[in-house]
Amino acid sequence: MTQATHETAAPSRAPFEIGAVAPFLALALLCVLGVVVNPRFVGLDNITNVLARSTFIATIAVGQTLVIVGGGLDLSVGAMAAFVSGLVILFLNSGLIADPTLLIIAAMALSLVASALCGLFNGLTTTLGKIEPFIVTLGTMGIFRSLLTWLAQGGSITIRNNDVRAAYRQVYFGDLFGVPYPVLVILGVAIVGAFILYNTAYGRHVRAVGSNEDVARYSGINVARVRTITYVLQGLCVGIAVIVYVPRLSSASSTTGLGWELMAITAVVVGGTRMKGGIGRMWGTIAGALILEVIGNIMLLSNVVSEYLIGAVQGAIIIIAMLAQRGLARGR
Amino acid sequence: MTSSVKLADAAAGGPVLEAVGLSRSFGPVEVLSDISVAFRAGEAHAIVGENGAGKSTLMKILSGHLTPTRGAMRLDGAPMTLRGPVDAERRGIVLVHQEIMLAPDLSIAENMFLGRELWRGGKLDDRTMNARAEAAMRVFGVDVSVTVPVERLSIARRQLAQIARALATPHRVAIFDEPTASLTPVETAALLNLIRELKAKGVAVLYISHRLEEVKAIADVVTVLRDGKQVTTRPAAELEPLDMARLMVGRDLLDLYPPRAPAPTGEPTFVVKDFSAPGFAEETSFAVRPGEILGFSGLVGAGRTELFEALFGLRKGGGDIRLDGATQRWPEARSAMNAGAVYLTEDRKSKGLLLEETIATNLTLAALDRFRRGPLVDRAKESRALDQAIRRFDIRVGDRGMLAGQMSGGNQQKLLLAKMLQLDPKLVVIDEPTRGVDIGAKQQIYRFIVTLAAEGRSVIVISSEMAELIGICHRIIVMRNGRIVGEVEGEAMNEHAIVVLATGVDAQGGGEARS
Repeated sequence: MTQATHETAAPSRAPFEIGAVAPFLALALLCVLGVVVNPRFVGLDNITNVLARSTFIATIAVGQTLVIVGGGLDLSVGAMAAFVSGLVILFLNSGLIADPTLLIIAAMALSLVASALCGLFNGLTTTLGKIEPFIVTLGTMGIFRSLLTWLAQGGSITIRNNDVRAAYRQVYFGDLFGVPYPVLVILGVAIVGAFILYNTAYGRHVRAVGSNEDVARYSGINVARVRTITYVLQGLCVGIAVIVYVPRLSSASSTTGLGWELMAITAVVVGGTRMKGGIGRMWGTIAGALILEVIGNIMLLSNVVSEYLIGAVQGAIIIIAMLAQRGLARGR
Repeated sequence: MTSSVKLADAAAGGPVLEAVGLSRSFGPVEVLSDISVAFRAGEAHAIVGENGAGKSTLMKILSGHLTPTRGAMRLDGAPMTLRGPVDAERRGIVLVHQEIMLAPDLSIAENMFLGRELWRGGKLDDRTMNARAEAAMRVFGVDVSVTVPVERLSIARRQLAQIARALATPHRVAIFDEPTASLTPVETAALLNLIRELKAKGVAVLYISHRLEEVKAIADVVTVLRDGKQVTTRPAAELEPLDMARLMVGRDLLDLYPPRAPAPTGEPTFVVKDFSAPGFAEETSFAVRPGEILGFSGLVGAGRTELFEALFGLRKGGGDIRLDGATQRWPEARSAMNAGAVYLTEDRKSKGLLLEETIATNLTLAALDRFRRGPLVDRAKESRALDQAIRRFDIRVGDRGMLAGQMSGGNQQKLLLAKMLQLDPKLVVIDEPTRGVDIGAKQQIYRFIVTLAAEGRSVIVISSEMAELIGICHRIIVMRNGRIVGEVEGEAMNEHAIVVLATGVDAQGGGEARS
């Protein structure tokens, strides 16, 4: 052959993708808006507060990113967080270990194990049972939340021992060289999540499975195993969120984690991950979670829009983000 | 809608549709330059060229899917600007797409009348629609229920349904883009007959195909494109298939098929006994030797693909499989791969490659374990493997970051081959190795296949193109209705013998059985 031929001279992938930076741009613009609305926005206290409050959603959204990239969905995360919080507090109250520090460490381990098992249940039910993840996790969402309500007998479960409560408070309110622990948790989880998605063979398998299940299967990839593990990783992320959440209020009730699944999915979509799988943006997800929190914060600081409308604004954002994604895709 | 569409007065003799100096650029690249062709009523005009020659771009412009960057179109001599495919259809220009575009959960009849459903007494008139759909399908000589979901039909049937759907619109120009790519000889013959009928009715037919024999059989005029330029437009009578191929490639194609190595005589290493894939293949037994190229022929629906998918754990099936004397159990593709056997799917785009991922990601996907350090993907090693694959298989890439979906059919096939060979298999099964592949790449792929055998691997080629099986195989097994019905070898390998076995009828059926 004399020269290279190409089917169509489709432009090769642009070196700079607007879709990848859009969430960061949006976050930056929001921050500018925040300063304009109320200079207190940039105060160290306020920024620390925003970051700390976003930990739960950001952490859970990292797992949700993996699940969605793999072609799944997990609606049960909020209810799972509530259920596991309840378990953890009951364990703390059981006083099985006398030393508060050891007790708290054991409780943290319990949180991770319980959440991972919940995730494993979601994963196995979708993959082995061949049921839509939407249905499975809708079911477990009801189950987990109901279990917590039952454990709490309709009320709330609270850490009873004041020493334990005081010691555990440090995990949420404490800091390392001035950096609050929750911020370190976000960073750590995001770094690990991004590493898994972008640098490991497993992460590539997740992308392959979400991108085209058949191609993955014909390439000898165990689709069910890869997917199931995404749910387990999602569970672990919920477990980490619970570890940070429990010391904040030292209590769990039927409203714990209410709506977290929607916020986590919103963060993932706003971050630029494709809802039907295959393409994921881990750092975009973190930006998405921060955007949600910053918007709520600005509304609190501004008085222009009632803070009771936070949910409406966040709901609008997911729709706008989808429209923007569509617009960008068409523009290419 | 129908009023504006009338068949041109053939006696007028002027072209129905005319392209004058059409050019199209994507960014800085001109993929089509200065094409001027006239399409006349009652005439079949074939457009041939390698992938990337600009055929599809030209078709898309003529059917309103793309606008030209320069040049003009005329309909009945009057200037025409198409505002989109719907506008083109309104003017009587229909395109039969290469890709199947039917709603998989709807039936043939429902698809055929999609968006133009018939009503009676406030509800859908299913009886009339089904009857008309049946009539439309009967033209192809296919006995198929028009009420089952399209998803349950074979690709060939879907293709025919798609053609029938397109032709249900009133039309005076019918554009066929590779319509026979997934059809067997019998269905192809039926389609060619249909095209002859269209010609007789005064329709101007535009026909794109890689199968030059077919072009020779059906076309009155042939236009050859190469690298976006019009090489020639001539009466088909003046061109033999070999001339067309030469003009397409721009050089002499001495021999499409590489010289055949003598048939190996060693003991077979891959032995299948009484293997069944329920509903598709019954109690099949065969064996292949190292260094041998074994062909699998048969009509579409004979169960060849399904048999091998079941063997490789990609669908349900069971039977006795031995590789190198050891009994194998392959519940999933990975187990076969671990044993040293790979299957290359016929469906590159939806089962073979991740179209939205890069070439490198695709190349290493099946053998990622060989490209990892701990949990990490070793990108340096991956990059070296890509260099090697590009050299060995002559994969043409614009840049290395290119996505698999942006490559031509031939390059995708080469990439799929390279991907599976990362596993260094002992047994390679290639399903439809040259479907949708241009002639230059075809010639290369045949050479790769022969090389695989020369390296001592056992090779099985499944193909609907009898000519290529005869051209490269040592032995050809023929399947019919899920059973192996015969085997031809050496001098006995000819199209007639295969057709007789494949159809079970010793007749010159459909005029396709030439030897």
